[in-house]
Amino acid sequence: MSPSSAELLRRVKSKIEEVDPSEVKELIDEGVTIVDVRGSEEFATGHLPGAKSVPRGHLETRIESAAPDRSAELILYCASGNRSAYAARTLQEDLGYERVRSMTGGITLWKDRGYEVEIPRTLSAEQRDRYSRHLLIPEIDVAGQLKLLDAKVLLLGAGGLGSPTALYLAAAGVGTLGIVDNDTVDLSNLQRQVIHDTQRLGVPKVDSAEQSIKALNPDVNVVKYPVRLDASNIMEILDGWDVVVDGVDNFPTRYLLNDATVRLQIPVVSAAILGFEGQLSVFKPYDGPCYRCLFPEPPPAELAPSCGANGVLGVLPGTMGLLQATEVVKLVLGIGEPAIGRLLLYDALAATLGEVKVRRDPHCPICSRHPEEITSEEMGVFPDYEAFCAAAG
Amino acid sequence: MATIKIPPVLRPAVGGEKEVGATGTNVGEVLRGLVTAHPATESQLFSGEGELNRYVNVYLNDEDVRVLDGLDTAVGEQDTLVILPAMAGGR
Repeated sequence: MSPSSAELLRRVKSKIEEVDPSEVKELIDEGVTIVDVRGSEEFATGHLPGAKSVPRGHLETRIESAAPDRSAELILYCASGNRSAYAARTLQEDLGYERVRSMTGGITLWKDRGYEVEIPRTLSAEQRDRYSRHLLIPEIDVAGQLKLLDAKVLLLGAGGLGSPTALYLAAAGVGTLGIVDNDTVDLSNLQRQVIHDTQRLGVPKVDSAEQSIKALNPDVNVVKYPVRLDASNIMEILDGWDVVVDGVDNFPTRYLLNDATVRLQIPVVSAAILGFEGQLSVFKPYDGPCYRCLFPEPPPAELAPSCGANGVLGVLPGTMGLLQATEVVKLVLGIGEPAIGRLLLYDALAATLGEVKVRRDPHCPICSRHPEEITSEEMGVFPDYEAFCAAAG
Repeated sequence: MATIKIPPVLRPAVGGEKEVGATGTNVGEVLRGLVTAHPATESQLFSGEGELNRYVNVYLNDEDVRVLDGLDTAVGEQDTLVILPAMAGGR
């Protein structure tokens, strides 16, 4: 005759080791791995300090990432000590964990004793659904998604590069997106600036972008700067952002931006496009070179096509903007190898992605010095460039 | 013969080519060879004093020649020189 559930539980408990909450309290301070086997919704309501969540339904597949060493001490708990008893038996008998114990009375008894409970910041049910494909990636998971939701990313321009970057960062759940753009939507923008649309011709780009972002993901807070970035406002606008995405179309602003971000120590994900080709690099102040290390001087007007209107393949800013968005996500999450000290060179016609090394210049006029030594007067300064561009028309 | 990769802004000066071959045993000679074959590139690459313009980066394969031996950096037959002026343009 099959045993009753009470009998089964009694038999299981007789085969495993149990541990009293008072001992677990001591062991937490010693850094012993504690695993909560309740469902993730239960975990979210509060758990033992430092406990890892491995719901019993996923025990066999996920325990190794929480407790890789099978000979190390491991404590499981649930609400009352029953599910963790079954889980302990599975780990002991099926997976070969040598020192696994189940906490008597579960978190209910733990709370009755007045011990500390950690209430995790977590995602709402809707957020869990929206970001479910992120949560399935171990490098992101809930902790990474919370980092994205906490991140503040400033986009310079809601144009060719800024459009795809803003849309994908919004979709990814970057919590605060700033947009600096003083332009309005023009029909000729729509060949590539996919954040805007035909109904919004003449609308300020910051407003149009906000509308698309909010429609895609209402979680995102949009901060609008309908101004042109210049020396008088740059320090104020850049202050407090975690990452800046540079898609500006002219050299004076690129140098000004570089100098200000070095001073404020904010990483910049920078890209440029022309024709069928794009460049991308990440300038992380003092960890790698800055824009002036790469290009100590701007080119003269005849070699600086940004002075006038130039053609660009419509999909190219999409490609480069999404490479930028990818680098932003990596910087926020602290994963992978960001393109620091490297300039990626994308050739759409050849379908090649090359790269060259970018070295920190020990004599760089900006980043060879301490940030507090960089003055407002010297930011963005180089010989007569704006006059040169203006003269060239 | 080494290969020189020509950036978009210099292509009109070399008949629209993306890559050209040039002879020479060092970076200076290879670039001078390019200038001889395509004189319109000279003012864009070199200053009046014959130095490489500071706004033009030249890479031997993937390394900036400024951290090698500059124009004296040796160039082999199989090497690629990348000429790279700064680009802006994000709109």
